[in-house]
Amino acid sequence: MKTKLLTATLGCALSIGSIFGAQALAADTIKVGVLHSLSGTMAISETTLKDTMLMLIEEQNKKGGLLGKQLEAVVIDPASDWPLFAEKARELIEKEKVASVFGCWTSVSRKSVLPVFEELNSLLFYPVQYEGEESSKNVFYTGAAPNQQAIPAVNYLMNDMQVKRWVLAGTDYVYPRTTNKILEAYLKSKGVADADIMINYTPFGHSDWQSIVSDIKKFGSEGKKTAVVSTINGDANVPFYKELGNQGITADTIPVIAFSVGEEELSGIDTRPLVGHLAAWNYFMSVDNEVNDSFIENWQTFIKSETRVTNDPMEAHYIGFSMWVKAVEKAGTTDSDAVQQAIIGVTVPNLSGGYSAMMPNHHITKPVLIGEIQEDGQFEVVWQTSGMVVGDAWSDYLEGSKDLISDWRSPLSCGNFNVKTGECSGSK
Amino acid sequence: MHHSIRTYCKLPVLLLILFLLPHPSFAAVNNEQFTEGITILIKGNFKEKRLAIQQIATSDDSRAKVLLQALLAGNLYRVKKDNRLVYADIDGGKARIETVLTAEDLGLIKKRKLKKITINNSLRGYLKTSLARIDLRDPDSTIRLQAVSLLIVSLTPEDSILLSELLLTETDSKVREELATARDIATLRSKDRQTILTALGNLRGNLDPAVRNEVSTLLAQDNLDESLRKEALAVQRSIQSKVSFFGLVEKLFFGLSLGSVLVLAAIGLAITFGVIGVINMAHGELIMLGAYTTYVIQQLMPGYIGLALFLSIPAAFLVSGITGIIIERSVIRFLYGRPLETLLATFGISLILQQTVRSIFSPLNRSVATPAWMSGSIQINPILSLTTNRITILIFSLLVFAGLYLLLRKSSLGLQVRAVSQNRAMARAMGVQAAKVDALTFGLGSGIAGIAGVALAQLTNVGPNLGQAYIIDSFMVVVFGGVGNLWGTLIGGLTLGVANKFIEPWAGAVLAKIIILIFIILFIQKRPQGLFPQKGRAAE
Amino acid sequence: MILLKLLNKDRGSSFTLALLALVTIVVPACNLLLPESSLFHIQTYTMTLLGKYLCYALLAVAVDLVWGYMGILSLGHGAFFALGGYAMGMYLMRQIGNRGVYGNPVLPDFMVFLNWEQLPWFWHGFQWFWFAMLMVLLIPGLLALAFGWLAFRSRVTGVYLSIMTQALTYALLLAFFRNEMGFGGNNGLTDFKDILGFSLQSDTTRAMLFIASALALGFGYLSCLYISRSRLGRVCTAIRDQEDRTRFIGYRVENVKLWIFAFSAMLTGVAGALYVPQVGIINPNEFSPLGSIEIVIWVAVGGRATLYGAVAGALMVNYSKSYLTAAMPDAWLFALGALFVLVTLLLPHGVTGLLRRKDATT
Repeated sequence: MKTKLLTATLGCALSIGSIFGAQALAADTIKVGVLHSLSGTMAISETTLKDTMLMLIEEQNKKGGLLGKQLEAVVIDPASDWPLFAEKARELIEKEKVASVFGCWTSVSRKSVLPVFEELNSLLFYPVQYEGEESSKNVFYTGAAPNQQAIPAVNYLMNDMQVKRWVLAGTDYVYPRTTNKILEAYLKSKGVADADIMINYTPFGHSDWQSIVSDIKKFGSEGKKTAVVSTINGDANVPFYKELGNQGITADTIPVIAFSVGEEELSGIDTRPLVGHLAAWNYFMSVDNEVNDSFIENWQTFIKSETRVTNDPMEAHYIGFSMWVKAVEKAGTTDSDAVQQAIIGVTVPNLSGGYSAMMPNHHITKPVLIGEIQEDGQFEVVWQTSGMVVGDAWSDYLEGSKDLISDWRSPLSCGNFNVKTGECSGSK
Repeated sequence: MHHSIRTYCKLPVLLLILFLLPHPSFAAVNNEQFTEGITILIKGNFKEKRLAIQQIATSDDSRAKVLLQALLAGNLYRVKKDNRLVYADIDGGKARIETVLTAEDLGLIKKRKLKKITINNSLRGYLKTSLARIDLRDPDSTIRLQAVSLLIVSLTPEDSILLSELLLTETDSKVREELATARDIATLRSKDRQTILTALGNLRGNLDPAVRNEVSTLLAQDNLDESLRKEALAVQRSIQSKVSFFGLVEKLFFGLSLGSVLVLAAIGLAITFGVIGVINMAHGELIMLGAYTTYVIQQLMPGYIGLALFLSIPAAFLVSGITGIIIERSVIRFLYGRPLETLLATFGISLILQQTVRSIFSPLNRSVATPAWMSGSIQINPILSLTTNRITILIFSLLVFAGLYLLLRKSSLGLQVRAVSQNRAMARAMGVQAAKVDALTFGLGSGIAGIAGVALAQLTNVGPNLGQAYIIDSFMVVVFGGVGNLWGTLIGGLTLGVANKFIEPWAGAVLAKIIILIFIILFIQKRPQGLFPQKGRAAE
Repeated sequence: MILLKLLNKDRGSSFTLALLALVTIVVPACNLLLPESSLFHIQTYTMTLLGKYLCYALLAVAVDLVWGYMGILSLGHGAFFALGGYAMGMYLMRQIGNRGVYGNPVLPDFMVFLNWEQLPWFWHGFQWFWFAMLMVLLIPGLLALAFGWLAFRSRVTGVYLSIMTQALTYALLLAFFRNEMGFGGNNGLTDFKDILGFSLQSDTTRAMLFIASALALGFGYLSCLYISRSRLGRVCTAIRDQEDRTRFIGYRVENVKLWIFAFSAMLTGVAGALYVPQVGIINPNEFSPLGSIEIVIWVAVGGRATLYGAVAGALMVNYSKSYLTAAMPDAWLFALGALFVLVTLLLPHGVTGLLRRKDATT
């Protein structure tokens, strides 16, 4: 290790130029870019996705590769640094000449690379649930849009649990802001009064939840059944749930439904006090079917750990990768334009026992599952949609976007077509 | 585990039902209702299960309570082969099972042959109230008290009769009080003006949230009698003034507890920065090492969470302390008198420590369990409860402070440390080994950081970024309190914590923090030496 | 004339500036004029990357002016950099006009979907390039003046000052994260279309931005060199070495510090403004206190109190960062950490100090 480091430091000091001079060596492989942070704050979530991609690519190669060529993963670390994401995306496309990129987690990283993908006309598969309000010709959104996660979750609470008062608690960034805006409009359309909605935002990594949990407790003690819809992100969740437990809020008094807490996050939490709290996703590791079983087995073999869990964004990459492979086979080339045409309508099996299809708005169809946290850190599915839900790029509950639709098929070929004015604004 | 508890409590329950139920003879008759409930429970969906629970709960069957408790605890299974309902005591892949209906021990069976009877949240709540209704007649007064408190939010006017009946036989004063409140609340929903008026009189100043809600519902009625309205408003006012008082107390507690965390995080820094003038940017990572030590020790002794926590304190002190001494010997001792250079070098060390931890423990957060005596809260009254973990940490931080203070004031090491920090040359002339004292002081500060890590592991994530979250706050506390003054750190930390919590309600969490930062920046311009400036030669 | 006088006997600076001039001409030429197949063609990716490094170099020069020559270790220069960047970002956002996803001619996209009715007052004026450029200079400059006026007059020095500058950038970080502030929250400003009517995606614009960065660095370098050689510069060095004595001799120490600090902040703002259109995004992470410490490290690695050292440090550290994050993601933090420790311990005068020593011995 030490000598490796030494040579590395020496190497980089001496060999200025090598970074500028590298080029594609092997022309007989198809390169696939993997753009996930392996260091910095997001490494915690994104490292797993990098490994997932390596596994998927390895499996595809065992099956004989793609178009008679082997796939080659190009892994690069954007280090949770948003401008670096754009720089590295450019490096992948311009220098490494990758056929497509699987990557990003946070909205800001996606926003940062988006202009690069549009300029260089390459493909990005984005695997994380996000706030919607975007549809790019070059991006495929395989995570959930708000209508594939938030709205069904609220419906479940409203109809099956008779929740009357709502706490919308989130980390202060764009995904919770938008999701809560949509939910607020949706709840009001269902006749929920202003006084029965409490909205709260906290900074990233917030660790002192005493006052907020105490407020939630007071808000919930006013006679009506109350639930918390949590879009609290990452690190802030552990102290949040701990404080809930300590202040005596249990799942049957004030249930918390989370959109960003999955199996992997739970693996770092003592889950006993959390039993019964909920999460809404499109996939749970506990889903019982053969495709999922073999996926879990492959994953645990690949990562060499019997205890590693799978989660929703991993499934999204699984779906996205299968779709890309199928589209490339259909188009007979990895050319961006051809794949963009071919991929719309492609249907592949997902891990929750059904089939997902790529829609013309570059979002996919997914089932919505609601699970309760169990003692072992897994989720027990308590409710699920009867069929697949189509991802909606533009929310019907937001003033600015309710008239917008997205359809990337010709002749429309537009990501934000205003049905009222009949105009396509923004990117084409 | 649950299996054994269940067997122990079966006999008393049976006796209880026989002697205490008003109509014990019904038990046999309702057996049919009980078995029917079980049949539905095995096959039904969540909606039907609710019905089944209702049937079982009202069956007056002696087996009902145990069954419902097992369902709530998730110990109720059905055997896949013959659909028999069983209690299961799971151990690894095997389970010891016993039938529900006949209490027959069926021995060990493979876990895969069983299917859990699942419940969801609304069923969980329903089960709890159903059990509470059974528990109202439990011989244990604390169980009765819990049952009444649980039922108080879901009362119907008819319940007032049942509650009055129970009041007649109740002997425990606390339970009586709670029962009376419950009865009065239930009465508020009745139609009779006079009884409502009496009930309102009884409820004056009662802090139970259910009382407030009922009174507001009462006031919201359109055609409310004027005398009733007046009385209800008076009750509301009497409650409100108490609520705002206890709200203030709560806020103060939140502030002190936030402050105590700041003090814990900063106090190690107060030593390395204040006493030997080293800007230790790796301080946060030393805290992180302490937190990871807690995690490792807990992994080494599963099943002894509390003991592991106690052992973690000296262990974390040693791990962080020794790391600190290594840092001091290998890097910092070459940089004394150049504080800005120590800042840069220790920042480099902090990056290395972070990445080391990330390589060893993976970037994923690690979970540290909380011992039972540190979870939950102490209920002062219905609207004021103080969380146990926060109280523990508050006391702990004061103990650490006191210990450190005594060490520096009363021990010979403390004397040497102070001597070196005040006049190095003179101290050396007097025979103090300055280099050794430097190393020990730095080790002491680092060790205290490790102890802070043990406490923080109970509150927040144990991950590679743990330290970064606290480093800036720690510096703020030390600078605000006055460098080189332990009292300053204590008072400074607590002040900042309380101020933060009082600003938070109207400004929000983020803005509160920004306001505090700006305040400190301005404060330091006014008093560059902090709250408690160091006097004399050492100040220069 | 002045130039020659300045560069007289300063081999390091002469070499740096000559190299800079060469790069300014060669890189855009190789990118624009040579066909892609040519051996000497420079990819747009490489040119933008180099452009980014030049902005960092300018930032390092500005930090070196206050730290190396005046002894103020500022851990808040990231804040001035980001403020300059935001001013430029706001101009670029306004240039998008109705090409945003919602087609709103005035409001940026993030305001539309957060249901903002109208443009906040502080966004007015940024539709004009001249106004935005004025703000690039004024906002960091005024903040530095206000902060410095408070701090230097009450004689907050050394470590305390460093920690206060850190608190300043941390407070700004938290503030800009807030969505209510109207700066796009965590996402910041992105998806820029064009600058002064030229598309940001065209190679020519990129080449122009590269040249602008190089010129700004050249100007910044020369002005700092000029200051450091002037009487004022010598007072600065005196303050660094013995502040109290300088004051007793009769110099108005606070004023000198204040103006140099403000000038450095303005230079930093310019660096930020040039950085944003080249990387395509500005967001609150630029305010992060860690980032500001890293800048100081560039200067320390290159060699403080020599301007070419600052430039060299910025280039070396960032180049190795680009290289290591691609080649060995796990080793990156180890390498950076070790660099910090080794440089402070073994190379108090940085890498260029090492070269100078060799020079002196031979």
